Amino acid sequence: MHELAVCQGLMSQVEQIAAREQADCVTLIRLSIGPLSGVEAQLLEDAFPIAAAGTVAEGATLQIDQLGVRVRCLTCGEESDAKANRLLCGACGDYRTQLVSGDEMLLMSVELERRENA
Amino acid sequence: MCDTCGCNVTDGNRHLLEGDGKLAKTESGREAISVLQGLLTENDHIAAHNREHFGQHKVLALNLMSSPGSGKTRLLEETIGALGDELRVAVVEGDLETENDAQRIRDKGVPAVQITTGTACHLDAHMVHKALHDLNLDDIDILFIENVGNLVCPASFDLGQHRNVTLLSVTEGDDKPAKYPVMFRAADLMLISKSDLLAMLDDFSPENAERHLRELANQAPVHTLSARSGDGMQAWLDWLRREHTAMLDRIERGETLKPAIQPDGQLMHEAHAHIHRHTHGHSHD
Repeated sequence: MHELAVCQGLMSQVEQIAAREQADCVTLIRLSIGPLSGVEAQLLEDAFPIAAAGTVAEGATLQIDQLGVRVRCLTCGEESDAKANRLLCGACGDYRTQLVSGDEMLLMSVELERRENA
Repeated sequence: MCDTCGCNVTDGNRHLLEGDGKLAKTESGREAISVLQGLLTENDHIAAHNREHFGQHKVLALNLMSSPGSGKTRLLEETIGALGDELRVAVVEGDLETENDAQRIRDKGVPAVQITTGTACHLDAHMVHKALHDLNLDDIDILFIENVGNLVCPASFDLGQHRNVTLLSVTEGDDKPAKYPVMFRAADLMLISKSDLLAMLDDFSPENAERHLRELANQAPVHTLSARSGDGMQAWLDWLRREHTAMLDRIERGETLKPAIQPDGQLMHEAHAHIHRHTHGHSHD
């Protein structure tokens, strides 16, 4: 259960962005998470209110886009869907593949509110 | 990691950004700020800083990860004995509680710093950075960072190491790589440990363990060894010697190395390949 630590790291990034943009509050945080990132979306959602309490993002909505796993074969060049624990080429079955997506753990965007003339 | 040039926009996530320009106003009049940063930017920043220290002091840093009880500390004890004066070793030990492992290493005559994480299930770059202040890096050729025994959380945190070494003991299932893909995908070397027990176990096949590793698209070398009997230790010691020499060569060329896979994604680093040049010369003693 390292999602709280991940969430706390997220909060400090969000606070820096809010300060830079002189925002009064953060209303929406969008993340993009792949199954090979090592973090569980549900656990992040559980940890979020704890990490966000008392910060500029308290009460913000956390929106997590979960990505699928895709690989590109280094042998035949095909791109295919894969399972997290079976990253074989869907076309030729070779294990020498490169991950195209599936290990993302990204802060995509935040939505801010600021008072006019603040 | 690059957070600014957009090289972390991949085919997998590009669609999430479309129509979402920097400072685009949403219908409600709020401002949407596009960020595109890894969630562990702060950790990664300190990890990069640790890596610079290792480079400046010509230290090869290895992150040892495995389940609890797979024999990490025993392997280190035997490794220290076998290397003798050839390569100077130090160890950072991560455990929830006790100084026991650090004491075992000190009994072998090499420096060890114990990090007790309390309830935290992993080491992070900041904890390792603090531990480095208790070591004289000029007196070290190889620093082993023995992570908390856990096949889940440690895989997500870059510590500044050059290589990940993952142990799988034969008393565990040979399908562990399939069960814990994030951890085993990150391995730059997989050691199948406690091989002296193989004769007593009919349900562990090193070949199956390697096959499960390959199914994670991981081409890392696999060595089977027993620290107790000494079988297979030579291949491990040779790997250490080669990695140490390769690290010195990289420093000659002004380069440094990250583990082949970090969880933020291979593609995010594609523009930089795996080799980063450092121009930032911060240091402190």
